[in-house]
Amino acid sequence: MTTGQFKDGIAAGRLEPARYADNFSDLHPPLDDHEALVEADRCYFCYDAPCMQACPTSIDIPMFIREIATGNPIGSAKTIFDQNILGGMCARVCPTETLCEEVCVRETAEGKPVQIGRLQRYATDEAMRQGKQFYKRAESTGRKIAVVGAGPAGLACAHRLAVNGHDVVVLEAKPKAGGLNEYGIAAYKTVDGFAQAEVDYVTAIGGIEIRYGQALGRDFSIASLTGEYDAVFLGMGLAGVNALRAGGEDADGVENAVEFIAGLRQAQDLSKMPVGRRVVVIGGGMTAIDAAIQSKLLGAEDVTICYRRGKDRMNASEYEQDLATANGVTIRHWLQPKKVVAEGGKVTGIELEYTAEKDGKLIGTGETLTLAADQVFKAIGQTLEAGSLNGGDNTAPELEGGRIRVDGEGRTSLAKVWAGGDCIAGGEDLTVSAVAHGRDAAESIHRSLTSNGRA
Amino acid sequence: MADIRNNFVGIKSPNPFWLASAPPTDKAYNVVRAFQAGWGGVVWKTLGEEGPPVVNVNGPRYGAIYGADRRLLGLNNIELITDRELQTNLREIKQVKKDWPDRAIVVSLMVPCEEESWKAILPVVEETGADGIELNFGCPHGMSERGMGSAVGQVPEYVEMVVRWCKANTRMPVITKLTPNITDIRKPARAAHAGGTDAVSLINTINSITSVDLDNFAPQPTIDGKGTHGGYCGPAVKPIAMSMVSEIARDAETPGLPISGIGGITTWRDAAEFMALGAGNVQVCTAAMTYGFKIVQEMISGLSNWMDEKGHKSLDDIIGRAVPNVTDWQYLNLNYITKARIDQDLCIKCGRCYIACEDTSHQAIANTIDGQRGFEVIDAECVACNLCVDVCPVEGCITMEELQPGAVDERTGKVVEADYANWTTHPNNPMAKVAAE
Repeated sequence: MTTGQFKDGIAAGRLEPARYADNFSDLHPPLDDHEALVEADRCYFCYDAPCMQACPTSIDIPMFIREIATGNPIGSAKTIFDQNILGGMCARVCPTETLCEEVCVRETAEGKPVQIGRLQRYATDEAMRQGKQFYKRAESTGRKIAVVGAGPAGLACAHRLAVNGHDVVVLEAKPKAGGLNEYGIAAYKTVDGFAQAEVDYVTAIGGIEIRYGQALGRDFSIASLTGEYDAVFLGMGLAGVNALRAGGEDADGVENAVEFIAGLRQAQDLSKMPVGRRVVVIGGGMTAIDAAIQSKLLGAEDVTICYRRGKDRMNASEYEQDLATANGVTIRHWLQPKKVVAEGGKVTGIELEYTAEKDGKLIGTGETLTLAADQVFKAIGQTLEAGSLNGGDNTAPELEGGRIRVDGEGRTSLAKVWAGGDCIAGGEDLTVSAVAHGRDAAESIHRSLTSNGRA
Repeated sequence: MADIRNNFVGIKSPNPFWLASAPPTDKAYNVVRAFQAGWGGVVWKTLGEEGPPVVNVNGPRYGAIYGADRRLLGLNNIELITDRELQTNLREIKQVKKDWPDRAIVVSLMVPCEEESWKAILPVVEETGADGIELNFGCPHGMSERGMGSAVGQVPEYVEMVVRWCKANTRMPVITKLTPNITDIRKPARAAHAGGTDAVSLINTINSITSVDLDNFAPQPTIDGKGTHGGYCGPAVKPIAMSMVSEIARDAETPGLPISGIGGITTWRDAAEFMALGAGNVQVCTAAMTYGFKIVQEMISGLSNWMDEKGHKSLDDIIGRAVPNVTDWQYLNLNYITKARIDQDLCIKCGRCYIACEDTSHQAIANTIDGQRGFEVIDAECVACNLCVDVCPVEGCITMEELQPGAVDERTGKVVEADYANWTTHPNNPMAKVAAE
């Protein structure tokens, strides 16, 4: 018996059991051989291709597409993995519409870019299906490196270090590797346990040991790592969540969107995932979109995203915004949370204040609006838990804007310590950028531990 | 409304689009469908002499090469002449001609190279009421091993001899179909002309292997692990065919010899180009085999609308119009100077012009404009080769602009001269010096 959409409060099982599988199936199903060939044929093999320039990992996109077009998906996969060992996940989750596909010359020419992301998935899926490993480890250097966090940055770093002959120990706070690939990201973007399959594929090179349940600042400190290892890479992401700074946000039913998404990803049975009848999501980024759409897909009757600025300032791409509205999510702009309304300790609504921009500054207009809500998700950004960086021995790296400051190679202010991914300043908070950071830091570490890359 | 009725060596058809002798014209069923679709005429697939018909292979007969999106660019075949009884074909030809009197039916023939064989078949074909015959001297596979097809077409003396026999033994117009598998296409054309042919048609298919199966290392189409060369046709052969048509059209030894143009004609535009180069009409096969008979409707309306737009009243206004403009390289005007121009509004910044020029040509395209990605021609390096135009994916984006007399060619530093001057008088030509002395 389903609970139904119209039950007030937060409840599981709002849909017929069969609906869950449909609702959470692959957003972009894989291209079959014919579709891949037709799509690959559309690529113009541009010189110094704009798509390649737009890719944070600089994948040679025209080359990998040409390899698909000529019936060489394995060669294609290697072209991708050479630059991005997590090319499989990036093919699924990259906001290609604001990266490679946005600048595709066929977007310029006819408003229809080559579907680069889906082609990348076609090639990488084939190589992974065949269990094709392209890299052999260099002769052992005898060096040992600690990587903090088994997310995209940490995995990319660990893989490249392993390729270069170093031994890597990855310290992961959670019970599974993958970081946001496993605990973040909407479920319909990475189905069938792909995140774990990718971790297995990446670590199959050998020389990478992942230790679970190991959190920085709790189980070890940076100083303990620099003492034990030849180098350290920090890639633990952002564990903190910004507060609403609105009254009453400790009421029952006010939750962190990232935790909701993580719970959803880990759920064995989605019909047991509770969701509110009326959901309000505060924020304008990908996390807000993922939480809102998935609330809707779990059977919430009414889902509204409230963002304090205009549409053009939302961090979520236009494509993602459209995806949300296509799924029945309402997006409202120029509203900021003022007060959570609760009855008996449970949220019943949220009072929002209209906003405006005056002389470039955001101001509240004083006018308010109250939306009924059984559940309110906070999705207004994650923060670095700076406390964890300092194990009490005054060896924390310098920060910039609340995140770790690094140079062009990923070096922090501390000797022997590199960092990358969402925890560093100036990043784009994208999986693909994290991969680039990890990969480049690994090369920098390799150079510093060897003479010009020679062991 | 332009008049596109065709009169080719006295054979009348409502339009100049005929189906070439090939599988689409092997039997009444197909030909009637073609006429229903609007084709002006057909050349009935080649008949052989009376007796047990030839047999075809029972495996694949065709091979192909493709462009992007698996567009068929070239087709090759190892099919032989008709494998149906002669009498069956004759009976059907007679009936179809009776039912479709306004359409042209020409019968393709291939019999052994003996006068008796030709004397035997000509009257029975004539009896069908067919409008003419086409001598198949072109088939490059199978039949040629038996001393027919291109085995005849490659020997001008045989061509002349057979044409003479035919002219002596039938009142029907004789069209001699030429093989391109020869060094100089004018030689068999001249021979056919000498034998009294009413027209030539060309090209027949080109010797070819389209692909090799890399799993079993056999040419394709593969018959039980083996392959053989086949006859190549389709859009890929059009440039070869047009060159050969033009060579005959401008040959002083065969003035006014009617030509039926064949080779990769797919659209009205292809047809118009062949006719401009001297073809009195055209024959189509691969395009029909790729898309079906309906394409003729596009050809009819396209040709007609273009003629209306340009003020051409009948086909005679366009046939051969480009022939005077086909010349030898040595007569090309060396004072005609152009430069490539890239339309920045149309440019999609793919950079293909740049890399083609940079890697393989004259380093005449810059890849930045004011520090941004953008592509611009460097006049001081541009030799006007046209490669950038050819590789650009956007039609009309790159064009060649003529430098007017008096302008300075930045590449050579010389002023463009108004006078025509060609290689024959160029100071670098040693022969010109000899002539001057």
